[in-house]
Amino acid sequence: MSVLIYVNHINGNIKKSTFETACYAHRVAQLAGAAEVVALSLGTVSETDLAALGNCGVNRVLSDTNPVFNRFDSGVHTKALAAAAKAVNASVVVLSHNSSGKAIAPRLSVRLQAGLVSAATELPQVNGNVFTVRKSVFSGKAFADYSIITPVKIISLNPNSYPVTRGNGTAAVESFNSGVSTADVKIKVLETKSLSDTIPLPEAELVVSAGRGMKGPENWGMIEELASVLGAATACSRPVADVHWRPHHEHVGQTGITIRPNLYIAIGISGAIQHLAGVSNSKVIVVINKDAEAPFFKAADYGIIGDAFEVIPKLTQALKEFKSQNA
Amino acid sequence: MKLLVCISKTPDTTAKIAFTDNNSRFDTNGVTFIMNPTDEWYALVRAIEIKEQLGGSVTVINVGPKDNETVVIHKALAIGADDAVRIDADPADAFFVASQIAAYAKDQNYDLIFTGKETIDYNGSNIGGMVAELLDLPYVSLANHLEMAGNTATVTREIEGGQEVIEVNTPFVISAQKGMAEQRIPNMRGIMTARSKPLKVVPPLPVTAYTTIAYYELPPQRKEVKLIDPEHPEELVKLLHEQAKVI
Repeated sequence: MSVLIYVNHINGNIKKSTFETACYAHRVAQLAGAAEVVALSLGTVSETDLAALGNCGVNRVLSDTNPVFNRFDSGVHTKALAAAAKAVNASVVVLSHNSSGKAIAPRLSVRLQAGLVSAATELPQVNGNVFTVRKSVFSGKAFADYSIITPVKIISLNPNSYPVTRGNGTAAVESFNSGVSTADVKIKVLETKSLSDTIPLPEAELVVSAGRGMKGPENWGMIEELASVLGAATACSRPVADVHWRPHHEHVGQTGITIRPNLYIAIGISGAIQHLAGVSNSKVIVVINKDAEAPFFKAADYGIIGDAFEVIPKLTQALKEFKSQNA
Repeated sequence: MKLLVCISKTPDTTAKIAFTDNNSRFDTNGVTFIMNPTDEWYALVRAIEIKEQLGGSVTVINVGPKDNETVVIHKALAIGADDAVRIDADPADAFFVASQIAAYAKDQNYDLIFTGKETIDYNGSNIGGMVAELLDLPYVSLANHLEMAGNTATVTREIEGGQEVIEVNTPFVISAQKGMAEQRIPNMRGIMTARSKPLKVVPPLPVTAYTTIAYYELPPQRKEVKLIDPEHPEELVKLLHEQAKVI
């Protein structure tokens, strides 16, 4: 028996979410009494980088370098993961609940006849052959404990939900043939637009978000500067995305994306219930708003009642000084 | 184009979330239900636009009890779907629901099967991928743009840290998110004709769910907000570093 994880990489760079799933899987293996944690890497990733997954408790890496995997087709990746799951007799498969995980995990669930809990936020409670896994539901307004009753279990882990702790282990890297061919590929990638000059919002630890209080898109310079000084990703509220002041992929909230960063700074956002739903699981929330009655203050840990146009430059300056002292 | 749109019933976005029976069940008391927003605003509306452009039909499918007809199905028909299917069963879990939809769709030769990116209640994002695997179809998830030319679709989808433009031939399954279409408000004529459109009720297949929900919990209340003088934001920096330890 083993716990299998899926290596998430972009052009060979292993994503942080993979280290989260590796550390999580290591603990799941201990809880479930599984003999090893095995990772499946699809496409081109350097052996050194794959061996370093051992830092997070991965024992073995199966690497299928077939170039067919360098373009993402959920059907093809699912077929390969299912082949690996059979090969290593996996009783649990762990993926990240990010865009590729959301495409693969449900397919794999059907293929392996394995119950799936997606967007898990905690380790499973293991009770004999039943796993109970906590996940966020009602768009962050509650948690639910799901019991998986199938022999094989799949967990997709919410990004930024499990801490990465690194030791000194090294994983053995073995080549693997998952039996997938070009004939299996049904999706042709025409163009990839990378936003890699910024930090992807779903996995950002620090987020600076702004809303209608900024009055217009021309005023976002100070928000971007604050984010840049902090090393944070930028986000926005729904009205701002709806009027195209900011791109749709920055919209956080019930109908946008749900995030749980370590720090969420909300500037000029009143805090409608739909917005709170997308961010309420953030570890620390700071609200900056000139309206003392803004409902967001009730959900905040720290607040500044003041005009963003005056507060933000001062805050950015204070952070610059802090960074220069703590560099 | 023969189009199928999977629609789900969810609590309204402003609903108060509470639980009953020792926190084992969602308390529906006083809750208004709606069609899941991403199913309605993005999946359904884009399907109707494609039908308007290329001809064909839009069928909506829902797995749920009879009162879903008034809560979600009539609205979908009023917005512009041509007919509806209701699988007469409580939606036990994602696998159960996907199995019912796939079983119905199997012999119907749909060109496209749409879902919203996820429901706002259980936030699984699972139905599209499960239906695709059950029917052995390609699955394009988290799409924000879709154009059809003959049997070939050009789709923009979200990937980690970016977007990708892909090409895929029908039939396939697609999950729709923001950007795909603009919300449509049903007009009077739509509302009037909705009741006369065909609605088929289909008994469920016997399928065993893979998961069950044992317990719900509300998140812990945050402590009272600590206010900082707007003239001294360096105080905030200090607290974030020393007290909250997030920077």
